[in-house]
Amino acid sequence: MNAIIANHLFKSFEKGKIKALEDISFEVKQAELFGLIGPDGAGKTTLFRILATLLLAESGDSSVDGLDVKKDYKAIRKRVGYMPGKFSLYQDLSVEENLNFFAHVFGTTIEQNYHLIKDIYQQLEPFKTRKAGKLSGGMKQKLALCCALIHEPSVLFLDEPTTGVDPVSRKEFWEMLKYLKSEGITILVSTPYMDEASLCDRVALMQKGKILDIDTPVGIIEKYPKKIWSIHASNMYALLQVARAFPNTHTCFGFGESHHLTLNHDAEDYDAFCQYVQEHYKEPFQIQEITATIEDCFMALS
Amino acid sequence: MENKEIVIQAQGLTKRFGDFIATNAITFEVYKGEIFGFLGANGAGKTTAMKILIGISKPSGGEAKVAGFDVYSETEDIKKNIGYMSQKFSLYEDLTIRENIRFFGGIYGLDRKTIKEKTDVLLKTLGFEAEADKLVSSLPLGWRQKLSFSIAILHNPKIVFLDEPTGGVDPVTRRQFWDLIYEASNRGVTIFVTTHYMDEAEYCNRVSIMVDGKIEALDTPQNLKKQFHADSMDEVFHQLARKAKRSE
Amino acid sequence: MKLFLAFITKEFKHILRDTRTLIILFGMPIVQIILFGFALTNEVKDSRIGILDYSKDEASQHIIHELDASRYFDIEANFSNPQQIDQAFKEGKIRLAVVFPANFRHSLFQQNTASIQLIADASDPNTATTVVNYASSILKSYQDEVLGEQTLPYTIQPEIRMLYNPQLKGAYNFVPGVMAMILLLISAMMTSIAIVREKELGTMEVLLVSPVPPILVIVTKAIPYVLLSFINVSTILILSVNLLDVPIQGSLLLLLGESMLFIFAALALGLFISTITNSQQVAMLASLMVLLLPTLIFSGFMFPIENMPKPMQFISNLIPSKWYFFIVRDVMIKGLGFKCVLKESLILVAMTIGFVLIALKNYKTRLE
Repeated sequence: MNAIIANHLFKSFEKGKIKALEDISFEVKQAELFGLIGPDGAGKTTLFRILATLLLAESGDSSVDGLDVKKDYKAIRKRVGYMPGKFSLYQDLSVEENLNFFAHVFGTTIEQNYHLIKDIYQQLEPFKTRKAGKLSGGMKQKLALCCALIHEPSVLFLDEPTTGVDPVSRKEFWEMLKYLKSEGITILVSTPYMDEASLCDRVALMQKGKILDIDTPVGIIEKYPKKIWSIHASNMYALLQVARAFPNTHTCFGFGESHHLTLNHDAEDYDAFCQYVQEHYKEPFQIQEITATIEDCFMALS
Repeated sequence: MENKEIVIQAQGLTKRFGDFIATNAITFEVYKGEIFGFLGANGAGKTTAMKILIGISKPSGGEAKVAGFDVYSETEDIKKNIGYMSQKFSLYEDLTIRENIRFFGGIYGLDRKTIKEKTDVLLKTLGFEAEADKLVSSLPLGWRQKLSFSIAILHNPKIVFLDEPTGGVDPVTRRQFWDLIYEASNRGVTIFVTTHYMDEAEYCNRVSIMVDGKIEALDTPQNLKKQFHADSMDEVFHQLARKAKRSE
Repeated sequence: MKLFLAFITKEFKHILRDTRTLIILFGMPIVQIILFGFALTNEVKDSRIGILDYSKDEASQHIIHELDASRYFDIEANFSNPQQIDQAFKEGKIRLAVVFPANFRHSLFQQNTASIQLIADASDPNTATTVVNYASSILKSYQDEVLGEQTLPYTIQPEIRMLYNPQLKGAYNFVPGVMAMILLLISAMMTSIAIVREKELGTMEVLLVSPVPPILVIVTKAIPYVLLSFINVSTILILSVNLLDVPIQGSLLLLLGESMLFIFAALALGLFISTITNSQQVAMLASLMVLLLPTLIFSGFMFPIENMPKPMQFISNLIPSKWYFFIVRDVMIKGLGFKCVLKESLILVAMTIGFVLIALKNYKTRLE
């Protein structure tokens, strides 16, 4: 059975002026780690709110754990864990008080589901009496995850849990998600960071309220239609200018240390490109064929 | 980077808050036209250091010169010679694009005619001509960031400070944003970026990584990766930041 | 029940840990009472006066002594000619001058008529009137004393009687006003801010997506403020009885009961405000504009409603604090019973029910 089903969801705001979701359909299997990848304004939060029974879609239907989000919203609320994007806990309550409070909210205790949050809680334990407002970004998100897990939900909704969190904590956070998945929890997680896509079982690439593609991260990369090269030289800006000036350049985007290049006729244009750069850039440069990243795919699709 | 003209020089720069040493004797140089990444986890002290460099906070010890001006005594001159763009605040959402440009131009003492010329050029470069009289609040995030960067360099500053510039922007817009930065750097504007997004770090010519108030590493992304036997800046950062004791 | 307690405990922690707000919450009534009771009072104490005594006889000396002995006056100067009086007024040294004519005692006892001139600085007419009234009453009591046994009816000044507030104490008006204001602020504004804060934090979203009935979240938010408001009512009453000498004429129980009613009305208003606002700032502004200003203007404790134009008078009827102000004044100051404030109480009940209904209608189990 699919844990989450979204069927042709539409939603707009301000009397239709802002189209937040346009025809969103996808399914998430039981115990799957499913990522919604997309920039701000893609509609991720709206989608979460509809699935978490906080908003009603204008049309289309959806279900969570086999329950209809509109009709059975009360039943759904008992079995999902939800961590909204701007969720920041009660700043003036301590770590323990926050946890205890949310345990009460779901009619349980910390002890009852300790096995689920054990790993995370042990990291938080030294700061048990610290106010949530005084925790670092990473710690806050871990605590928030704990709070969302306290009632052993069958489905977990995490809206941008790693935004604004430093890389170390981000990595740890994803490790926790992997563990929770192994415990049989279905996880729907959103992120604006393309590099986090590879950590999901399957992803939906979203932009401006639409889904661009749904597949496994590997599947998405394999579908990338073109050959792609990375180019590098000492003056990256000049190289970018030259590469873009080449008539048969399809795209050339900065990727930090190197630029990613695609050519109109792929390998056919390769030699001409190298020659063109040699002529115009004059200094040595490196070029090598690479596999596309999720970000390349996203740009190709959008 | 042949001309190694120094535009930011910090020597043992320190900032204490009571017993807490936010910035602990950091020493570094930033060259003209360079894109310098100033990295660190939350609470590592990068915001404190940047506040000193942009002249809004007095250091407790050490020396620093920004664009040739002293951070103790010449903060007003510093402010005239730098641009600043933060993620949190940079534009007035309830003003139009044109009004924002006019306002910020006015702040930096540009005359009416210059502002008008610059506005036209800016709108054209960014391709915002049709939206010039729209409220900033109606623009997508990525557009706002491009606009606010363009405004930050409107008065031809020597250095631009970018505080976590591109969180949450779509990949295409993000590249356009970095194109703008590359272009400015190519014209000799020094770019000082604070961020904790490591993929952003890869765009920088050189990066420094702060851990617990100290600079633990400073080099080109390439050399750092070699030094730490890492594939990405993410890994470099991991190795360094794992030792961190303090957080926010 | 455990859930209920968990929520209440959490709310109290929020309130108690926010020391700054807590100080304001408890400090405000105290400061207000003291401010309104003393600084802004109509009552005049220790006014400096000057004496010009042409007669210097037994009678004038006696009156001067009485004036000096009264707590309303301090004799600042003894003049020997009218020019000095002028000078003293110009320099602002005195508020009142008392001039005794020559042969004052003789005139009074022999001709049964004597005049005393009271000259007051009327640049502040209110104070001037009060001061003159006080002085007159002292003169009158002197008359009563000397002429008491005699049958000659004789008055120097017209008799003035101040109903309910014989000493013209300003505090009599301010205590009910401050009570209305404080209760409204704490119950309505603080509750609405507290609820909206959860919306801002995103915790409201989490609580909505939980089995907790939303109404519980709201009700438990209000309860601590009921208690806080009640403590404040008590503080104000204790302060006004002991510090401002404003006694509670009517039934204390009735007064407290009516205060509870008003607290509920205010909470319902706060609830209503929280359902239509999404940021603390807006909630605060709305509370101030919708609650505080009208309370100040329309409840009648600063500006008499009878003097307002008809439309304003009509608007004043919509302000809950006006009715509460009347109730407190009637019960506390005039000592009237429940029957006399029945109408006002019923209006408050109706308003409370109205606000709760609107709030419930606006309250959503979802986000929009």
